Amino acid sequence: MRRLRVAAIPAVFVFLASCASNAPQDTLKPDGPISRKIDHLFFPVLGVAGVVFVLVQGLIVVTIVKHRHRPGRPEPVQVHGNTKMEIGWTVVPALLLVGVAFPTIFTIFDIAKEPTKNVLPVDVYGHMWWWEYRYPTLGISTANELHIPVGSPIRLSLHTIEPGLPAAKGEDFATGVIHSFWVPKLAGKQDVVPGRTNKLTIRASEEGEYYGQCAEYCNLSHANMRLRVISQNQPKFDEWVAQQRKPIETPTGDAAAGFALFTGKKPFESKGQPCVGCHTMQGVEGASARVGPNLTHLQGRTTFAGATFELNADNLKRWLRDPSAMKPMRPEQGTGMPNLHLSATEINQLVAFLETLK
Amino acid sequence: MAVALTRAPARPFARPKEEHGFWSWISTVDHKRIGILYGVTAFLFFIVGGSEALMIRMQLAAPNGKVLTADEYNQLFTMHGTTMVFLVIMPLAAAFGNYFVPLLIGARDVAFPRLNAFGYWVFLSGGLLLYSSFLFGGAPNGGWFGYAPQTIGRFSPGHGIDFWLVGLIITGIGSLTAAANFIVTTLNLRAPGMTLMRMPVFVWMNLVVSFLLLFAIPIITVALFELYFDRNFGSNFFNANLGGDPVLWQHLFWLFGHPEVYILILPAMGIVSEVLPVFSRKPLFGYSVVVFSGIAIGFMGWGVWAHHMFAVGLGPVANSAFAASTMFIAVPTGVKIFNWLATTWGGDLRLKTPMLFALGFIGMFTIGGLSGVTHAVVPADYQQTDTYYIVAHFHYVLFGGAIFGLFAGAYYWAPVVTGKMLDETLGKIHFWLMLIGFNLAFGPMHILGLQGQPRRTYQYPKGMGWDFWNAVSTIGAFTIALSILTFTINIFKTMKSKERAPQDPWDARTLEWTIPTPPPEYNFAEIPVVHARDDFWHRKYTEDEQGRLVRIPSGGSDETSALHEQHADSDDSGHGDGHGHGIHMPSPSYFPALASVGIMIVGYGAIYHWWIGAIGGVILLAGVFGWGNEPLSE
Repeated sequence: MRRLRVAAIPAVFVFLASCASNAPQDTLKPDGPISRKIDHLFFPVLGVAGVVFVLVQGLIVVTIVKHRHRPGRPEPVQVHGNTKMEIGWTVVPALLLVGVAFPTIFTIFDIAKEPTKNVLPVDVYGHMWWWEYRYPTLGISTANELHIPVGSPIRLSLHTIEPGLPAAKGEDFATGVIHSFWVPKLAGKQDVVPGRTNKLTIRASEEGEYYGQCAEYCNLSHANMRLRVISQNQPKFDEWVAQQRKPIETPTGDAAAGFALFTGKKPFESKGQPCVGCHTMQGVEGASARVGPNLTHLQGRTTFAGATFELNADNLKRWLRDPSAMKPMRPEQGTGMPNLHLSATEINQLVAFLETLK
Repeated sequence: MAVALTRAPARPFARPKEEHGFWSWISTVDHKRIGILYGVTAFLFFIVGGSEALMIRMQLAAPNGKVLTADEYNQLFTMHGTTMVFLVIMPLAAAFGNYFVPLLIGARDVAFPRLNAFGYWVFLSGGLLLYSSFLFGGAPNGGWFGYAPQTIGRFSPGHGIDFWLVGLIITGIGSLTAAANFIVTTLNLRAPGMTLMRMPVFVWMNLVVSFLLLFAIPIITVALFELYFDRNFGSNFFNANLGGDPVLWQHLFWLFGHPEVYILILPAMGIVSEVLPVFSRKPLFGYSVVVFSGIAIGFMGWGVWAHHMFAVGLGPVANSAFAASTMFIAVPTGVKIFNWLATTWGGDLRLKTPMLFALGFIGMFTIGGLSGVTHAVVPADYQQTDTYYIVAHFHYVLFGGAIFGLFAGAYYWAPVVTGKMLDETLGKIHFWLMLIGFNLAFGPMHILGLQGQPRRTYQYPKGMGWDFWNAVSTIGAFTIALSILTFTINIFKTMKSKERAPQDPWDARTLEWTIPTPPPEYNFAEIPVVHARDDFWHRKYTEDEQGRLVRIPSGGSDETSALHEQHADSDDSGHGDGHGHGIHMPSPSYFPALASVGIMIVGYGAIYHWWIGAIGGVILLAGVFGWGNEPLSE
C-alpha cells in the first residue's frame, strides 16, 4: 500500500505539471518547432521510464505483501540465482535503451543543423548580469528583450563579454563568465562560453512574449539575469527595427536637463562619471559604450536590469538612487552599475529624460 | 616483548597508553574507533549541511524570498553541496568501511592503522579549514562545481574560493590514504578461506570505491591546484582572456565528478546487498552478477562525464557518444535492482527498520535512475540541465539512494558498534517521516524543473507558476529535519539504555556477528577459517533437498553463545588490550593527528601568508618524523 502511494506521487506530479496554467517557462508547453521536437522525444521516453517505474515499485509492493513474515510460515527456499533471468534483465533493458538511443541521436543532429532559409542572425552577448543583442544584418542593438519575426529561424551566436574590465592585448573587450541562454518554450539551453562562439537556433510558431533566463550559474546576481523574447509578425517587426535605428530626439524642459547630465555636459554634483561613459545613446557623439545596455530606445522595453524589474518611473528612480540595493552587483569589481550618489533633482531630471526615449 | 628487544626509545617518541578518555581518541589507531570518529563527525556535518538546506528552503518557500541575500544564498548552496558530498556521504561510507571491512573479512585491523588515523584527521582538518571560511570574510560562493572563470580574478573577490580549493585538496589527501589502506587491507588481510568471491558484497563495493578514489582524487587535485595557481600565481589554465580554456576545468571536474557519484552510491549499494538477504532469510540473488555489475559500473563510470556538459557546446558527435555511454551504464545499475528484488522474492521478509530503509532505497534509487535516463536523452537535457529537475534527480540518487542505504546500515549494524539495539518504534517513525518528507521535498522539484525553474537562483518572481510546489518542497524539507531529529533522539535513548542487544539479533550471515558486541580491540580471539560465502549463516543453517532452510541441530547459534561466554571471560582479565589472548595489537600514536594539524596550518599558509605555511610545515615534518621514529609498540 505504501508503495502504491509512492507510485502515485510522480504520476500525479506529471499530470499536474502538464495542466499547470500560467507557467511562462514551462518546457512541457513548447511554442516553436525546435522545442516541440524535444518535447516529442521526451514524452515517449518518460512513458518507457513510467512503465519501468510501475514495474519496479509494483514488484516492491507485491513482494512485501506476498512474502512478508507470518508466523508458522515454512522457511524459504534458498535460491542463489538464475542465469536465464540474469541474462533476461540485462538484455531487455539494453534493447530498450537502444530503442531510446536511436531517436535521441537523430534528434541531436537534427537540432544542430544550421538553418538555411530566411535566417535572421543575432549576436547575443552575456554580461554580468544582463543580455545584449546585436543584429549584424540590421545594424541595431538592444538589451534583455529580444525581438524576432515569427516563423523565421533565428540563428544566435553566443558570446560573453565584460567591457567594464581591462581587455587583453589586441582584444576589444575582456571575456566574461559562463552564462546559458534559455527560452524554454522556444528551445533548449545553450551555454555561453568564454573563448568560443556557440550557436543556437530558436524559432517561434506564434506571436507572443516568451520568458527565459540565464541557466548557468554566473555568480552573484545569476537569478536576476532574465530575458524575454518577443515574436512579432513581419510588419510589426520591421516597424520595431525602423524605430530602433532612429537616433534620439532632442529633449526639452526637465528632460533637457537630464540629457545634459546623461551626456556629461553638466557634471553630477558627486563628480561621478556621466551615463554615456557606459551606455550607448544613438545620435550622441561618442556615446557608444557597451558596459551597460543601449538606452536609446529604453521605453520600447517593458523591463530593465536583466528583465528583472518593470520599467516605470518609480523603479527607475529607485534604481538610480542605489542600483546595487535593488539588484546585487559588484561595481567595485567592474561588474554592474555603481551608485553615482545622485541628488534627488538629478534623479528626477534623468528619469524625465529616460522617459522620452521611445 | 618487542620493547625488551629494542633500545628504550627517546621520550618524545614514546607511544601513548591511554585507553579511555579524550587523548585515547586522539591517539587511537583502532579501525573501529576511527570508524566511530568518521561516523560521528560526518553526522555532525550532516546536521550542518542539512541546516544550510533548511535555510535555502526557507528562502525559496515563497517568491521573492527575503530570508537571505543573494550572496548569503550563494554561499549556502555552495557549502551545502560541498558538505554533503565531501564531508558527509564520503566519510559516512568511510565510517562503515573502517568499522566493518576488517570485521567482515575476519581481520584484526586494517593494513596501515596509523595511516588510517591520519586519513581521518586530515579529513577533519580539511573540513574545519573549509568551514572556518565563515569566520574569515565569507564562505566560498562558486558552487560545489566551482566553474571557472566565475571562480577566478575579479569575478571572485575575497578568499572564499581559496578556502574551498585548499579544504578540498586536504580532504582529498585523506580520501587517498583511506583508499590505499582499504585496497591493501581487502586484498591482503582476509581470513583463511575468505576468497574474493566469498567476500561480502559491501567489501566488494568498498574495494571498487577505493580504486575509484585512487584514480579520481588525483584528477580533482590537479584541477584544484590549477585553479589555485590561476587565482594566486597568475597562471592561465582557465582564463579565456589570456588563451586559457574554462571548458578544461569542466572536463577535469566531471572526469572526477562522475566517478565521484559512484563513490557516493556504491557503498550504500553494498550495505543494501548485506541487509536484504538477512531480512529476507535468503541468500543474495546472483551474487556474482551483483559483484560484477558493481565492477562494471566502476569501469563505465569513467566514460560518461560529459553528460554533465551537454549544453556546453561540445558538438553533436561528442554529445551522441556520451548519450550512448550514459544510457548503457543504466544496464548494470538496473541489473542490481532486479537482483535485489529477486532476493526478497519468495523470502520470509522481516520488516524491521534496516529492511524498511533498504526497500526504501530500492524504490527511491529507481526513481533517480529513471530520471537519469531521461537526462541521457540529450535534447531533453538541453531543457532539463541546470533546472530543479536535475536537483530532484540527484537527490533521489544521493539522498533516496545513498542516505537511505547508509541509514539501513546504521540500524542494521548499531548492535555491533554499541552492543545495543536502536529503538524499533522510533526507527520506524524515522523511516516513515523521512520517506514522506523526502518525496514531498524532492518529488515536486521534478515539476518545478520541467516548468523551467533554474537551479542556484536565490529568488524567483511571482507569476512563474512555481509558488505552490516550492512551498510543498519546503514543508518536505522540514519533515526530513523532523525525521533526523527522531534518529538523534533514538541514538541518545539507546546510549542511555542499559539493555544489551542479544548476540546475533537479526539472525545474520556474516562474520561480524560471531564476536561479542561491541567487539574487543582485537576483533577475533581466533582468526576464523571461512568455508563458504555467508560463512556464519552456514554454521547455523543448511538446506534440505528442496532447497528449504533447515537449522543445524547442534552448534549454530549455540556455538556463538559459547563463544560469547569465552570472550566474556577474557573481558574480565583485561578488556580491549587483547592480553587475555596474548594478541599483539598496534599501539596508539599521536603523530598522525599532529601531522594533520600541520597540514591544516600549511593550508592557511596557502591562503594567507607563506610564514604561516612555514609554521605548519615544521609541525607537519615533526609529525612525520615522530611517526617514523616512534617505537613499534610500548
